[in-house]
Amino acid sequence: MTDTSILRLDCIHKNFGGVNVIDDLSFEVQRGSRTALIGPNGAGKTTVFNLISGVFFPDSGSIFVGENDITGIKSGTRIRHGIARTFQNVRLMPHLSTLENVILGQHSRNRGWLGALQPVNLLPGNRWCEEARAGLADAGLGDYERASVGSLPYGVQRRIELVRALMAQPKLLLLDEPAAGLNAAETEELQIHLFKLCQSGDLTLLVVEHDMHFVGALCEAAVVLSFGRKIAEGTPDAVRDNPDVQEVYLGKSASPVSAASEKKEGDRASQRA
Amino acid sequence: MSGYFEGVLVLLAINVVFAYGAYLPLAAGQLNLGIAGFAAVGAYGSAYLSDTFAIHPILAIPIGAMFAGLIALLVAVPVLRTRGIYLALATFAVGQIVRAAILNLEFLGGAAGYPVSAFVGLPVVLGFALAVIVVVMVLFATRFGIALRAVQDDERVADLMGVEVRGFQMAAFILGAAVAGIGGGLYAHHFSYIEAQYFNIGLSISIVLYVLLGGTQTAWGPLIGATVFTLLPELLRGSASLRYVVFAAGVIVLMALRPQGLLTRATIQRLFDWRNPPIPGVPMASGRGQ
Ligand SMILES: Nc1ncnc2c1ncn2[C@@H]1O[C@H](COP(=O)(O)OP(=O)(O)OP(=O)(O)O)[C@@H](O)[C@H]1O
Ligand SMILES: [Mg+2]
Repeated sequence: MTDTSILRLDCIHKNFGGVNVIDDLSFEVQRGSRTALIGPNGAGKTTVFNLISGVFFPDSGSIFVGENDITGIKSGTRIRHGIARTFQNVRLMPHLSTLENVILGQHSRNRGWLGALQPVNLLPGNRWCEEARAGLADAGLGDYERASVGSLPYGVQRRIELVRALMAQPKLLLLDEPAAGLNAAETEELQIHLFKLCQSGDLTLLVVEHDMHFVGALCEAAVVLSFGRKIAEGTPDAVRDNPDVQEVYLGKSASPVSAASEKKEGDRASQRA
Repeated sequence: MSGYFEGVLVLLAINVVFAYGAYLPLAAGQLNLGIAGFAAVGAYGSAYLSDTFAIHPILAIPIGAMFAGLIALLVAVPVLRTRGIYLALATFAVGQIVRAAILNLEFLGGAAGYPVSAFVGLPVVLGFALAVIVVVMVLFATRFGIALRAVQDDERVADLMGVEVRGFQMAAFILGAAVAGIGGGLYAHHFSYIEAQYFNIGLSISIVLYVLLGGTQTAWGPLIGATVFTLLPELLRGSASLRYVVFAAGVIVLMALRPQGLLTRATIQRLFDWRNPPIPGVPMASGRGQ
């Protein structure tokens, strides 16, 4: 392993009910990089995120964050190793306001019962509360502070989820289809926003995304999964031109780009439903 | 102040305290149907202390509440291993065990009940109730309160955020039991007589109803619920025999019309948020299942 990698998966296997959902998967993510994890529906991308964040444990293989083997570490403590994530189906807390959802994102930075008993949302001026408000304002979401999240437009909810994840001040941020359900303008805005977040070099992104334009514009590296196996790895352009990759996306002739746009249409249709 | 009015106020204050006792675990998604049992521990515990050791009720009541919290701590590990309907049944069983134990303990008067000589009047009862309301309100503006509600909404995501899910659930359960114990202690020292039969499952169910009908989305819900459903039967006194029929019908209509409870986050926003008017085009209604 190179000391520039922040995440390393080593021969990971995961089996659900007799199906090898992740099959001998190994890859590395370079520190400070923006790396994409792509592949057709059901390839196992979300499962990889679930394994990294500890929702499931792998049947075999190891996961390293920097120098640390986190394979057997409980899900609740992985965020303290600098891993935060968003979810493919936005999972904000409907009982909490937008601001409270964002304050929840700071939870891992706050140890012990005394910290937990600070009235972070009682009086304005509390440092945690102001930090959360600033985070929302930076993302252009200041107007939604007091709103109930359940009633907000889907694109706004996705952006709130991103702010919440950033509140943990992660070293490695896992984004599961951050552009799904966003229109073209919103997608471009998101891509610029994510690019800016990484400017300091302290944040590494691992992004699952079907939109290859988005991936090409944002990421410098890509890993391609198909049926739980890694079939290609390299720059987004190289990966897009790879014949194996083109084959898994709707047969030989189709490129990932057209498959991705069809997938996006499908997402929107299910959104409306 | 007339004796009747004073009596209603005392009842109201005690019901509000009970309601917050049920609300704390409910906010973390746990239905505690043993709440009357914890109230009984607080009532008998404080009464025994003030009677036997002549401890002033203002001190005896919090100590009694600590007994209730201690019992909750002891049962929390096995009981909170269950969830959903099984958790409700397990807490119900805890309540029944407490009641059966009291009935069989001679030094607590057994089935004959327990006369309490020390007395607290309306001001003390109101003072305790106010303290409970303020403490719970502040608690729900802390990281603890935010994390509790997060646990109710999505345990998995709360866990991934680093929330110690089990620890927070236990804390809410124990704290709720202690608050119910305060209510029990107030009841014992105001009415000067307690018996195990009073702390039955019917009491637990009414308390939980106050909270659910008031609304669990905000910390104001239990206050509103307990107030409305303590006062409503009193207002209906005129129609003597029909009183409880009208009351029950009212409960059912309310559940149909406002499944999230009387007071939701959206209502509060409309009532208090004059500085931040709702964003145009963004409905403020809230709650799960929408
Ligand atoms: N908890 C689970 N139990 C059983 N099977 C699962 C579980 N989670 C995922 N799977 C299966 O694993 C396979 C990969 O699923 P996964 O969600 O990781 O795919 P994906 O690449 O994220 O797909 P998509 O692009 O549709 O989000 C699917 O066949 C899915 O049914
Ligand atoms: Mg997925």
